[in-house]
Amino acid sequence: MGEDAKPPAAPAPDHPLKRLRAFTEARIGLGRHGAGLPTAAHLDFAEAHARARDAVHAAFDAEAIAADLRAAGHRLLRVQSQAGDRASYLRRPDLGRRLADGSREQLLTAAGEGPFDLVLIVADGLSATAVNTYAAETAKLILDRLPADWRIAPVVLAHGARVALSDPIGEALSARIALMLVGERPGLSAADSLGAYLTFGPKPGRSDAERNCVSNIRSGGFRPDAAAEKIAGLLLRARDLGLSGTRLKDDADDRIAASGTPAIGR
Amino acid sequence: MLQRAMTAGEGRTMPQEPLKTLLAQASPARSGDFLAGVAAESQEARVKAQRRLADTTLADILNEPLIDPDEDEVSALILDQHDAEAFRAIAGWSLGEFREWLLSDAATPETISALTWALTPEMVAAVSKICRNQDLIAIAKKRPVVTRFRTTVGLPGRLSVRIQPNHPTDDPRGVAASIVDGLQFGCGDAVIGINPATDSPAAMRRLLELIEELRLRLDCPVQSCVLAHVTTALDALNRGAPVDLVFQSIAGSQKANAGFGISLSMLKEAHEAALALDRGTVGRNVMYFETGQGSALSSDAHHGVDQQTMEARAYAVARAFDPLLVNTVVGFIGPEYLYDGKEITRAGLEDHFCGKLLGVPMGVDVCYTNHAEADQDDMDNLLTLLAVAGVNFVMGVPGSDDVMLNYQSTSYHDAAYVRRVLGLKAAPEFEAWAQEAGVFDANGFLSPETEGGSDRLIAQSKLLEAAE
Repeated sequence: MGEDAKPPAAPAPDHPLKRLRAFTEARIGLGRHGAGLPTAAHLDFAEAHARARDAVHAAFDAEAIAADLRAAGHRLLRVQSQAGDRASYLRRPDLGRRLADGSREQLLTAAGEGPFDLVLIVADGLSATAVNTYAAETAKLILDRLPADWRIAPVVLAHGARVALSDPIGEALSARIALMLVGERPGLSAADSLGAYLTFGPKPGRSDAERNCVSNIRSGGFRPDAAAEKIAGLLLRARDLGLSGTRLKDDADDRIAASGTPAIGR
Repeated sequence: MLQRAMTAGEGRTMPQEPLKTLLAQASPARSGDFLAGVAAESQEARVKAQRRLADTTLADILNEPLIDPDEDEVSALILDQHDAEAFRAIAGWSLGEFREWLLSDAATPETISALTWALTPEMVAAVSKICRNQDLIAIAKKRPVVTRFRTTVGLPGRLSVRIQPNHPTDDPRGVAASIVDGLQFGCGDAVIGINPATDSPAAMRRLLELIEELRLRLDCPVQSCVLAHVTTALDALNRGAPVDLVFQSIAGSQKANAGFGISLSMLKEAHEAALALDRGTVGRNVMYFETGQGSALSSDAHHGVDQQTMEARAYAVARAFDPLLVNTVVGFIGPEYLYDGKEITRAGLEDHFCGKLLGVPMGVDVCYTNHAEADQDDMDNLLTLLAVAGVNFVMGVPGSDDVMLNYQSTSYHDAAYVRRVLGLKAAPEFEAWAQEAGVFDANGFLSPETEGGSDRLIAQSKLLEAAE
């Protein structure tokens, strides 16, 4: 360091806009060095993104979920979509909506034990992290809340699944309602959100408007016990009314947004 | 299906594959074309298609509409816009020759812009497919498109920025805080544009009045926009809301536009209504459109046409209404359409290139989602490339994190970075204001952060008082 070199300035005090963070989650008032981000803000973002990326590529721990559900007395089936690996899952959502051949036969065999009021599906979707963390717990809480006269199909663990895989699964099992618990697309603020999608009369070709969605299920969001309560309520109404989707509930947050926002694993 | 004219010497004379097949086969690889089942089966097949495309003439392209104009109003519009007189001189050019001319010194801003209405979306999409990224940049750079409302956007040597202060519940203080954060970076000269959480005339009016109050208090030359549906804007406008720009998402076929709940006649009505308000000070460009590769396929409205060509067709819709701003939201749609940073980069450069050649005031939302194989480094690269290419505007989102739409775009910092490294300035009217406000220095660049320009701006906005 030359004699004239000045020591670096002390870090800037808190940015005045930081006080307004109370009104928005947006990353305001970060401060700048030249045009660049402060190191901490840069690494905060990088870490949030890294968490989201890891969630997208995390392995679906179906064994652990199966063991958990089996211990609670639930029967299980495992199926696979036509998306064989993660890259084709991401590139080809159409394949994630169709059953692999062997899987369909397996479901048709199980359908012999029917008819069923409900099939609950646990699917990896876009965040296996969410499913590995919350799906078994949420599934048990939902099933515990249903009346004893409901005929429940074996819980289906689905690999490489999009939401619409509910349709061929529900159809093959002749289930009146399909409920899928699926990992939602990770965001920067949360990489472990579980979504629940309810479809009455599942069959291929159902549209998003014919489903109901409860999203952001995670410990820091919609807590699994509260979510299970709400989902069980929706299931009861769906069976009573014989429908799902926009006509089931008028609350906007229960409906799948009709906006142009990118679909979550659909 | 219509056949291309096979006039001797003016077109190919061999039995032909349909033009849409050739265009799709020649398109640089991207996941959406594989999803649609129209992509070339091998890399060699793709280049061979590019060779056949290079030998195809501009007249061949014109003579074979990709979608029947009797069944698709966008196709009809494309033919209706076409300037046969200006086209005559270039009709016999092959696409290979057209590419070479665009790169040549004979192609100047004047000579290229003289062809604006001679060119159709299919022609510019086709030539883009035989261009490298470098060509897309070099040619677009020669075709500025300048538009005006309260600021002048698109002048050479300048780069404008949209402040995108979205909030998941449209909280007015949260939105205002994000706006002021952007202004202190010298952003906002393209537009202050909010994607509303609620698409209703009342919500739209509240947000517009918020921006209007801030704009007048700061005496800042900006235009506002709430990116609600065009019918919501018309409703709000009829009830007296201060509507500067009318927004709409658009796409390249009638069916895809129907999926957005719009038609050309609805856009015409909205355009006329916004013009009648006469709120601009330096110009009368009153529309703001967004597009993006893959939107037609996602609504099953692509008619077997590749996604990049469908995107270029959306610009025919845009240019019919003299917009102030058009931007492609290039990485928003997800990896099933553009898989990774490479595909997003290519698409961003193609869209900018095609828009500019068609006379569209093109900006780009340089962005990605968390399930795409992309990160901030990819965004830095594309932002820099586009700024070199002369992009009219980019997005400014606080810290790159859109907390309403849940995707990542460019930030206020990013905009400041790229203006600095390339010596690009803001729109002139805004530049003068920001100098006065102490945000910019005497040369029109962001003042050192130690000089307190931000603090003065925040004080003037009275934001902190609102927070007490």
